[in-house]
Amino acid sequence: MTQYIVRRIFLAIPVIFGILVVTFSLSRMIPGGPCRAILGEKATQAVCDRFIHEFGFDRPIYVQFGSYMVDVLKGNFGESIRYSRPVALILIERLPMTIELGTLATILATLIGIPAGIISAIRRNSAVDVITMVLANMGVSMPVFWLGLMLAYIFALLLKGTPLWLPPSGRLSAGMSLTPFYEAYGWGVEPESIKFYVLEFIANHYVLNSLLTANWVVLKDTLTHLILPTMALSTIPMAVIARMTRSSMLEVLGQDYIRTARAKGLRERLVILKHALRNALLPVVTIIGIELGVIFSGAVLTETIFGLAGVGRMLYEAITARDYPIVQAFTVVIAAGYVIMNLLVDITYGFIDPRIKLE
Amino acid sequence: MTNTLDHKPEIIKTSSSKSLMDYRANSLWRLTLRRILKQKSALIGMTLLGLLVLVAIFAPVIAPYDPIQVLIGTEKIKQREKPCIHLLGCPQDKPQHILGVDGNVRDEFSRVIFGSRVSLFIGFSTIGFAIIVGTLFGSISGYAGGLTDNIMMRFMDVLMAFPSLLLAITIVSFLGPGLQNALFAIAIINIPIYARVVRASVLSVKECDYVAASRALGASPIHILIQRILPNSLPPLIVRGSLGIAESIISAAALSFLGLGAQPPTPEWGSMLGSERNQVFTAPHLVFFPGIAIMITVLGFNLLGDGLRDAIDPRLAQRGAE
Repeated sequence: MTQYIVRRIFLAIPVIFGILVVTFSLSRMIPGGPCRAILGEKATQAVCDRFIHEFGFDRPIYVQFGSYMVDVLKGNFGESIRYSRPVALILIERLPMTIELGTLATILATLIGIPAGIISAIRRNSAVDVITMVLANMGVSMPVFWLGLMLAYIFALLLKGTPLWLPPSGRLSAGMSLTPFYEAYGWGVEPESIKFYVLEFIANHYVLNSLLTANWVVLKDTLTHLILPTMALSTIPMAVIARMTRSSMLEVLGQDYIRTARAKGLRERLVILKHALRNALLPVVTIIGIELGVIFSGAVLTETIFGLAGVGRMLYEAITARDYPIVQAFTVVIAAGYVIMNLLVDITYGFIDPRIKLE
Repeated sequence: MTNTLDHKPEIIKTSSSKSLMDYRANSLWRLTLRRILKQKSALIGMTLLGLLVLVAIFAPVIAPYDPIQVLIGTEKIKQREKPCIHLLGCPQDKPQHILGVDGNVRDEFSRVIFGSRVSLFIGFSTIGFAIIVGTLFGSISGYAGGLTDNIMMRFMDVLMAFPSLLLAITIVSFLGPGLQNALFAIAIINIPIYARVVRASVLSVKECDYVAASRALGASPIHILIQRILPNSLPPLIVRGSLGIAESIISAAALSFLGLGAQPPTPEWGSMLGSERNQVFTAPHLVFFPGIAIMITVLGFNLLGDGLRDAIDPRLAQRGAE
């Protein structure tokens, strides 16, 4: 198992290197060069010359790439143009929101998608199957930004005044605030230290932080705010997972060993859950890995619609404001995160299907 | 009992005549087409898309207004007016706007109708480009093998390591917003998919006897590639392409929604949705209808792609077993 994991990690290294190359070259392809992009269209030639020299854009391209790599490995992503703050700090503030949203959406999509697919496969061609598959087909065809807006309209406006009302934007209600757990525990932390960054990163996961500080009011509030975005974001992956589970289950249920299992008098529940599902799960896990990319992409749109201060919305704002250090750093982090997620998916294969390790 | 006896000769007759016809029609394309027509989802998909193509072709006839004409001054009508349909009891003295009027006082229905042209163009142009370039990459990679193959495929891996919409957004942000740049970005992010499909089928066919025979007869590599190898990658390309068009339309709509794709006043569904998204509580119709249009179009391509895959798959499975 260890050997398998190590091999997978080594396979991911060239991809991460490639990501760095791509983001680096994209940043050098800005029309008008980095100077005009950062200082504005009106910057004079003299100002630009000084800027280019100061930031080292006049060095050979391989030297620039080398220093870029070193900076990235050190976690030094430079300073945001718009906010004049270190990009790393902005990442620490924004990333937890997206992680919470993405995790909840993935969990919801899996928890509903897999059982829906199993039931559809067992009751093939029944009304339940037909309805599930019609819904799944609609689900994969819906634009996530449209679904988000419609959910906001239904739950925040039409259901106003009912107990089903849900807030359409933000992470917490007005007036709610949250003490970082390390302050609540009375840990003295020096600002700007690595420990501070790590603790702050953990504390910015509101769900986690309110659990750690046992602040149930805030926990309920932040979860309520997460319901609509999670629903919007999880619908497409849910539909894809349900379809994949169904077709994979149907294939497995036709195998000889399922007939054998039934013939030896095993209970149907056991046949489905132990013999069929475990074998049918491999393509489903693959598709969940692929859908993580869909969730990342969808997060940009979902956060924009629901006014959530996450990575996706920040990235979009940075792009429209031409805040290139942020664009570059966030792209690297998200792509690397996606690679790591897929690495984890690959490793799960080894647990689900012992045969894979031998390859 | 008598019943079965009565029917027996008939059954034999029909089945024998049917098998004769089968024999005559045994061309690969014919058989595939018949299997496609048996697929319910492919049929529904084709119907939806057929209607959509008709709508796109006859858009000027169907649409009551010019999609970019601002109606201020020509009609007594307010910004973001609710749908008004005379048949459903809207007063006759008010001008009829089936889907209402948008924020710039333009007829929403005409814009949705003309939007079908934009979306179909987006789908076919991006995926067409991606298929051509992807086929080129994939066939070179698969045919050459070795180091060339390794380098090209690692490059494709890197492109696929980015969440697709994110990569498109990044490319557009560096190129500048606009429909053309958005289309280019979407085409780029789709190339790896088709390169992989073509490479896989090149690899599986490369060692076949008929390719060796061609080579023995002195055919050039280009001739072998185009005449012998590539026709085999057509079925998976068509299936993947149909599903790809669906994804591409959604991605383009998402880019336009964010203001990075089609620019106003182009009647593009995503940008129509994006420009009215803050009005969703006051004028939900302006968000609802463009979204439904996107969904129907994407559903059509998805159903068609699913049906095609189910129809073509048996042959692929057979080939794999050989």
